[in-house]
Amino acid sequence: MSGKRIGAEAVVEKGWLRAHRWLILRRISQLGILGLFLLGPLAGIWVVKGNLNYSFTLDLLPLTDPYVALQSVLTGHLPEKLGLIGLGIALVFYLLIGGRVYCSWVCPVNMVTDAAGWLRDRLGIKGSTHLSRKTRYWILGMTLLGSALTGVVLWELINPVSMLHRGLIFGLGAAWTVVLAVFLFDLFVMSRGWCGHLCPVGAFYSLLGRWSPLRVSAPARAACNDCMDCFEVCPEPQVIRPRTAFQQPGFDGVGGAG
Amino acid sequence: MARRQFIFDSAKMACGVGMLGLGLGLYAKQSKALPALALRPPGALPENDFLGACIRCGLCVRDCPYNTLELAKPETPVATGTPYFTARNIPCEMCEDIPCIKACPTGALDHSLTDINQSKMGVAVLIDHETCLNFLGLRCDVCYRVCPVIDKAITLELVPNPRTGRHAMFLPTVHSADCTGCGKCEKSCVLDEAAIRVLPPKLAKGELGKHYRLGWEEQKKAGHSLIDESKMLDLPDRLPEGASLPGHYDPASGQTAPLRGMPGSEAGVMPSLPPGLGDKP
Repeated sequence: MSGKRIGAEAVVEKGWLRAHRWLILRRISQLGILGLFLLGPLAGIWVVKGNLNYSFTLDLLPLTDPYVALQSVLTGHLPEKLGLIGLGIALVFYLLIGGRVYCSWVCPVNMVTDAAGWLRDRLGIKGSTHLSRKTRYWILGMTLLGSALTGVVLWELINPVSMLHRGLIFGLGAAWTVVLAVFLFDLFVMSRGWCGHLCPVGAFYSLLGRWSPLRVSAPARAACNDCMDCFEVCPEPQVIRPRTAFQQPGFDGVGGAG
Repeated sequence: MARRQFIFDSAKMACGVGMLGLGLGLYAKQSKALPALALRPPGALPENDFLGACIRCGLCVRDCPYNTLELAKPETPVATGTPYFTARNIPCEMCEDIPCIKACPTGALDHSLTDINQSKMGVAVLIDHETCLNFLGLRCDVCYRVCPVIDKAITLELVPNPRTGRHAMFLPTVHSADCTGCGKCEKSCVLDEAAIRVLPPKLAKGELGKHYRLGWEEQKKAGHSLIDESKMLDLPDRLPEGASLPGHYDPASGQTAPLRGMPGSEAGVMPSLPPGLGDKP
């Protein structure tokens, strides 16, 4: 059984730690960021205040989520000075480093959907409802148009990403039901459904990082033995065309490669 | 055929996502109906604008020194992630430097508000005259005493107590022009359920028709009466037989009916015996 598992060869060859180094680094990043946010409310050490929508670090560094800010701007409201500075910093950062680095290195829901993906693989759940990966861009467009029409920051009414992150810091309430729904949806309804097909936050960051210079590359492409593990492990496998299509535009940065 | 398929695929997306959008839009509409007892922080824009300007970061919550504010959870009937407070739990302490507004990275809390006494989080309303202890004739006065804008936002208005006929009632009276809606009165009301509550101004306030003019105000503005008072007729008042209006001047008899319990009303005699123990004067 374990011999058939994705990446088994890599584990044998490189050892568990080296084979999982990107996964480990991503988890350290995700949990570390969450930990910094939690340090204030739990231990009274205020390194960073706020949540992923807007945060203020050490009373010095503002960071604004550009997607939330854009929805707010479309309702006809501009952020104040700190909000705008934070917006600029976040925009430049993700333009350079690749938008979906947010998804894989920051977003707390990634751990939920990765868990669902992992369990789906372990349980051997086959078959997945088909939905175009473009759906998320349509939802993105809908939330932007909808914000302008309703005057409400629309996606924030139900956004599981901010609900989970805000909930962990400010009190979860019933937000766990939404997170559980995302988990179960990914597990039983659609493989990689949330992040890969529906979430407009990821769609926004994907567009933002479209021309980022940071890409996953395959410098030793000639040594590829077509094991297809990269294809299997990647939550967005459409961006990998084995042996031929690395470094294509649309390969959104450093994804879920284990 | 490819074009046909493209159109159908697009229609599928537009309609599917459109349905989701419709649901979200209607939910957004609902979320604008802020519950009456949920108050926004000082300087908050009107609810319609607030839900567009607020980015749900919680910085105001963090910088409130009294833990007054909280962020709405998904099950709260307030738009998820937005800050609010419940006066009966923790009211606004009206910090002079208004740290919540300073912390706000957007215009959701109006940064031009620098005097907390000018804030309008709501308007206190003495909503239940049946249970308010002062209305029952006691001297509770707690809402009046705790008011940060005492003697302006809440005053005690003296009126005779018609039940005893020998006491005054000190009725807490809110003046909306000075009330900030901080909620300290509601918090400190001694009843099991507060008789005074802070409500959104829209719920709390009546509104005169635009054409209304208050004669006494106009008189003050003009420096004299707007009409020729010498030509004014004061007709005798018709009252039901046996009825009297204490303190009322009746031009027919040239008499003022006695009014007990009010300072300055010398007409009438104070009863020498408590009511019920002898002849009522």
